[in-house]
Amino acid sequence: MTAAVQRYVFPATDGSRIPYGMYRDADIYALEQERIFRGPVWNYLALECEMPAPGDFRVIAVGDTPVIVNRARDGSIHAMVNRCAHRGSIVQRQIYGNARGHICCYHQWSYDLTGRLVSVPFRRGVKGVGGLPADFDMGCHGLQTLRVSVLNGVIFGSFSEDVEPLEEFLDAPFVAQIKRLFHKPPVVLGYQRQRIFGNWKLYTDNLRDPNHGGLLHMFQITFGIARLSGRGGATMDREHKHNMSWAAQGSRPEDDAPADTKEGYGDTGRGDMDIRLRDPSMLRYHKEYPDDLSLTVASIFPNCAFQQIGNTLAVRQFRTKSADEFEIVSTYFGYADDDEAMQRHRLRKANLAGPAGLVSMEDGEAVELVHRAIVRDGEKHSVVEFGGRGDIVDQENLVTDVPMRGFWIHYCKLMGIATGGSHL
Amino acid sequence: MIAEAVPEMFVRLSILFEEYGRLLDEDRLEDWTELFVEDCHYDIVSRENVRQNLPLSLMLCDSKDMLRDRVSALRQANIFNIHTDCHVIGPVHGTVMAGGWEASAAYALYQSTQEGETRLFSVGRYHAQVVEQGGRLCFARQRVVVDTGAILTLLATPI
Repeated sequence: MTAAVQRYVFPATDGSRIPYGMYRDADIYALEQERIFRGPVWNYLALECEMPAPGDFRVIAVGDTPVIVNRARDGSIHAMVNRCAHRGSIVQRQIYGNARGHICCYHQWSYDLTGRLVSVPFRRGVKGVGGLPADFDMGCHGLQTLRVSVLNGVIFGSFSEDVEPLEEFLDAPFVAQIKRLFHKPPVVLGYQRQRIFGNWKLYTDNLRDPNHGGLLHMFQITFGIARLSGRGGATMDREHKHNMSWAAQGSRPEDDAPADTKEGYGDTGRGDMDIRLRDPSMLRYHKEYPDDLSLTVASIFPNCAFQQIGNTLAVRQFRTKSADEFEIVSTYFGYADDDEAMQRHRLRKANLAGPAGLVSMEDGEAVELVHRAIVRDGEKHSVVEFGGRGDIVDQENLVTDVPMRGFWIHYCKLMGIATGGSHL
Repeated sequence: MIAEAVPEMFVRLSILFEEYGRLLDEDRLEDWTELFVEDCHYDIVSRENVRQNLPLSLMLCDSKDMLRDRVSALRQANIFNIHTDCHVIGPVHGTVMAGGWEASAAYALYQSTQEGETRLFSVGRYHAQVVEQGGRLCFARQRVVVDTGAILTLLATPI
C-alpha cells in the first residue's frame, strides 16, 4: 500500500499540479485513513451542546472510522472507536441518545462512558467451566480512545499522540473564527446530510477555491451575496492547511465594486444576470458580530468546515466512505438567546446552504463531474494557478485558488509523497 | 372532529396528488406552484430532524412567492444534475379538518439520467393540508418528510 505514494508524481513543488490518480486510487484512500485522519491532526467530532447531560452520546465518523462521542458522569467529553474489543462489532447502534454505558449486543460486553470494559457476561463460565482465561485482563480490552480537546464547546479528537495542542494546530485565525462563531451558547437547529459520489478531496479543494464561488454559484452572484468583484479573500494558517474564504458586507457591486464586473465575466452571461426575487427577505443579513464579515467558510484540515452564510451557521463534517464517495453531515446552529424572529430568519436563510442550497447545491454536481471525468489518466493533473504560482500567501481577493495548493503541500507531507517531480 | 374523507373526497384528493407528482415529473414547475395557495407553507424535512424535534428543513418556502423564487432560481441560476424525475405516490389517506382536509401519502421518487440510468432518489411521506379555493383543491401546506435524509448528490427539483 505504501507503494501507492510512489505511483503519482506531483510535478510542481508549489502544489500547482495535482495528479488525477490522487482522487481515484483505493490504495491512496486506505493510506489516508492512517496518515491523514488518524495522523497528526485534530478532527472535528461534535458540539458540546449536542450532549448536555452525562450519558448523552452521538455516533459520528472520523474518516470512515465510526466513533462514539459522549459525556461521562463527571461532565468530561470522551471519544472512542465504536467497535467492540471482543469481535469487532458495532457497539452503540443508535446514532444519538443517552446511555449509562455502551453495551455490545453480540455478546453483551459492556463499556463505561470513558470506553473502559466494565463487564463480560459469563466471564468465569458456568460452574467453573467455560468463560475467559483466569488471567484475562479487562483493563487491556477497552474501546480504542481518541484524545479529545474542546474549544468554546467545539469538540475535536485525535488518534495521534504527537499532534500539537489544538490551538496551535488551528493557529490564530482559526482559533479566532471558532471563538467568533461560538462566542455564546449555541443551540442545534438540525442536521442535513449529503452523499456525494466523488472523492472527498474534490470537496476540500472546492472549499479552498474561492474562485469558483462567483462563477459556478450563480444565485450567489446574482443576489450579491459574494461576487468575485466584491471585497473578500482567503486566510490561511501558518502551514496553509486550513483556509477561510471570506466576503465582507457591502460588497454588492452597486455599492463599492469597480465597474469592471461585466468585463471580468466576459461573454459567460453571468456578469449581468437580471433575476429578481419576489421575496428577498431571506437574503437580509442581520449583523451579529463586531466585524463586517457576512460570509465566512473556515475549512479546517482535514475533516470539517465552519460556515457562516449571512446568519446561517453550521459546521460540516466530512465522512469518507471510499475513494469514490463521501458524506457531508452539517449541524446547523443558532444561539440560545435567539428570539423567535431570529430563529425563523436562520431557518429560512438555511435555504441558501446544504444539499438543496440555492447557493451551494452546485458543489455536489461539480465534484461528481470531475470525479467521473478523471477515471483514467491518473498521471495527468489539475492546473492550480489562479492567484499565481510559487509562494503560498493569504489572498485579498477571491479570484484565487492558492489555498488549494496549501492543502496539497501539507497533505503530501503527511502522506509521505514527494512534491516537485520531473516534468513541468 | 376527525373523520375519514368520504369516497368522493378521497377521489378528489387522489387526483390532486396525482397532478402534483405528474407536474413535477413533466418539469412543469411553474404550473406545480399553482397547486398552492398564496400563503402556503412547503418544506422538505428529514425524518432524523423530525424525530429529534429539530426545526431545520432541507428546503423551506413559507409563501407562494418563495416557492416561485425557488422555481425561477432553478430555471435561471442553479446548476444541478440533469435528470428526469418519476414520482410514484401511494394511496392518499385523508381526514377532515376545520376548513379543509389533512392528506398524507407515501412516495418514492426515482431519478434518471440522460443516458437512462435510474436510481431511487428519495422515499418518504407527504403530510398536506388541503383547502378548497374557487371550486378546486389546493395545498395550504405540504410537508415532505424524507426517510432518505442522506440526500444523494444534491436536491434541486422539489419532491
